[in-house]
Amino acid sequence: MKPDILRKLEENFSGRIKELRVHSEKRLYLSVGKEDLLPVAEFIFNSLNARFVTASAVDNLENMEIVYHFSLDKEDVMISLRVVLPRDNPVCPTLSGVVKAAAWIEREMHELFGIQFLQHPGLKHLLLPEDWPAGVYPLRKESPSCPEKGKK
Amino acid sequence: MKLTTKALTKSLWVFHLSTGSCNNCDIEILDCLTPRYDVERFGIVLVGSIRQADVLLVTGIGTKKNAPRIKKLYQQLPKPGFVVAVGTCSCSGGIFRDGYSMAGPISSIIPVDVWIPGCPPKPEAIIAGIVSLLEKLK
Amino acid sequence: MSREGKKVVVPIGPYHPLLEEPEYFALYCDGEIVVDVEWEAGYNHRGIEKLCESKSWDQVTFLVERVCGICSTSHPIAYVQAVEDLAKVEIPERAKYIRSIIGELERIHSHLLWAGLAGHFLGYNTVFMWAWKYREPVLDIFELVTGNRQSYAMMKIGGVRRDISDDDIPEMRKVLQELKPKLEMLTQAVLDDPVLAARLKGVGVLTPEDVKNYGAVGPTARASGVDIDVRKDSRCAAYGLVDWKVITCQEGDVFAKAVVRLLECFESIKIIQQCLDNLEGKKGPIETEVREIPPGEGIGHYEAPRGEVFHYVRSDGSNRPVRHKIRAPSFVNIPTFKASCLNQTISDVAIILAGVDPCYCCTERMVTLYDAQTKKKIGALKDLIRMSQKKTEKIKFRMGKKC
Repeated sequence: MKPDILRKLEENFSGRIKELRVHSEKRLYLSVGKEDLLPVAEFIFNSLNARFVTASAVDNLENMEIVYHFSLDKEDVMISLRVVLPRDNPVCPTLSGVVKAAAWIEREMHELFGIQFLQHPGLKHLLLPEDWPAGVYPLRKESPSCPEKGKK
Repeated sequence: MKLTTKALTKSLWVFHLSTGSCNNCDIEILDCLTPRYDVERFGIVLVGSIRQADVLLVTGIGTKKNAPRIKKLYQQLPKPGFVVAVGTCSCSGGIFRDGYSMAGPISSIIPVDVWIPGCPPKPEAIIAGIVSLLEKLK
Repeated sequence: MSREGKKVVVPIGPYHPLLEEPEYFALYCDGEIVVDVEWEAGYNHRGIEKLCESKSWDQVTFLVERVCGICSTSHPIAYVQAVEDLAKVEIPERAKYIRSIIGELERIHSHLLWAGLAGHFLGYNTVFMWAWKYREPVLDIFELVTGNRQSYAMMKIGGVRRDISDDDIPEMRKVLQELKPKLEMLTQAVLDDPVLAARLKGVGVLTPEDVKNYGAVGPTARASGVDIDVRKDSRCAAYGLVDWKVITCQEGDVFAKAVVRLLECFESIKIIQQCLDNLEGKKGPIETEVREIPPGEGIGHYEAPRGEVFHYVRSDGSNRPVRHKIRAPSFVNIPTFKASCLNQTISDVAIILAGVDPCYCCTERMVTLYDAQTKKKIGALKDLIRMSQKKTEKIKFRMGKKC
């Protein structure tokens, strides 16, 4: 892992990074509180000039996680920025003001996991049909793979 | 044999509908038109409107979002019209069978006349399937 | 060939007339100019990420092949790399060469497929027939080596499932040798054709800024001068072991996108030939045995023909992934259509859309044209294709070329 990437992150956000894990020379995982998501993401996207790849939401049963993935292509490093949210009220500020491309993936995370993104320009359905039952989030752990299994 | 059915066995106009497929089947269907297979020499032509079609060729699992459209297109298919399910997904759902997004298999949405399994079925298999439809009509 | 007196219908083409169903792309036009674009997805949504959670690590490889038929091997490569990243597994060198060979063959077949479709959208139907005809030998090699024309089931966590035998290599070399002059002919035809230049240059420009904002990848990004290619940047599989270059153009228009894709095919042939040199006459293991996947998370990415395909996996030590996130390149590339399509004329929409090379399953979908003032529906994709073909005719006529 290029030492100056770690150094720049530490310099700018020491105390605000909850966890920093170097999985390998190509994979860096950091956790921040949701209140620090926007400044840290903005730093990675603009100051480090990373490319926004996508975001993965994960239902851990005891909490809900969003992992935002950024790529420093020429350094061959993926920085994954993690935010942990309470599962009974998964609310997060939208990243789309900082990274335009985040708007679509947030729509997907909203409809599949039920995560609310504050100030999102338009959280309507992206993948699921309009008549999909409200409150049913297919990628949450309690949703079975095929809700109507057995009915066929 | 009715006059219309007899006319059908001379030349089949086919409308291709993809309903949640990975495209392998769709590409193999299009491949049938290309010089190596060239189904046009049998009078099989891909048409752009369901109202001109004799055969509705369906690929894909039939997602919930697509199901109403599939039914509508079947209603608009002039009768006698026939439905051919191409690929394992449209025949049975295949590997996506347990998915939450699945409304199919296609036979649960509209009646199917010919099933062509395969993932994807080779162009030879697709052509054989269409030929078996022609045999069925005779 | 007798047509029994019937009129030959509408040209071949993967499109559907629009009936009254929800749109995929809604384009709002003021006269001839596109003023707004809305995009709705989901028709192909099959819930694959959820399905992965109920499959074993190895079963997932077969499932992800079918995310998209054209990028069929790119998804398994990215997925197995994600698991190998998680478990810190190194694969044998022979497996790296085989992965690259299959990946590059896929790139050639995909770019030829694209060339055919783009040709059709422009009214060059012979290009469609021709490009797809020359794809066939590539599919034959796939069948020879993997057993199937599409969906090859070659990738495995730790390596590859099947070796490439020395007996098959001469046939593979022969097909590539024969393909090269055909590709040269096609590329030259595109570069030299003044009608295509007039038709495609300056059309559907995507700026480097938009590439960054949308996170665009693949030829869509490289045509705008943005030098990103997962193969070069991450040196995955055998790409760091052979000599080849990344193709970029500067203009960002549809012409540049076409040039990038065509020139990439030559680099692919170069890569495959070098990989075959490193396999022929040699022996070695094709997999590292992996018995268990420890708890943790892993990321794998690969350069599919359309751009970066990204997989993220989470394990709790059991025999299934707890979470599997898949991001296909079209997810980030298709939205750029909004940027490259605004203020363009309707007759260019079909080719701008094709320029982004959405997975074919997406291109064939519905596009609805609305009048921006009245909000009334005025057309569908087949109309856009027809308009595109007509524009080519007009340009040909203006240049004094025979139709």
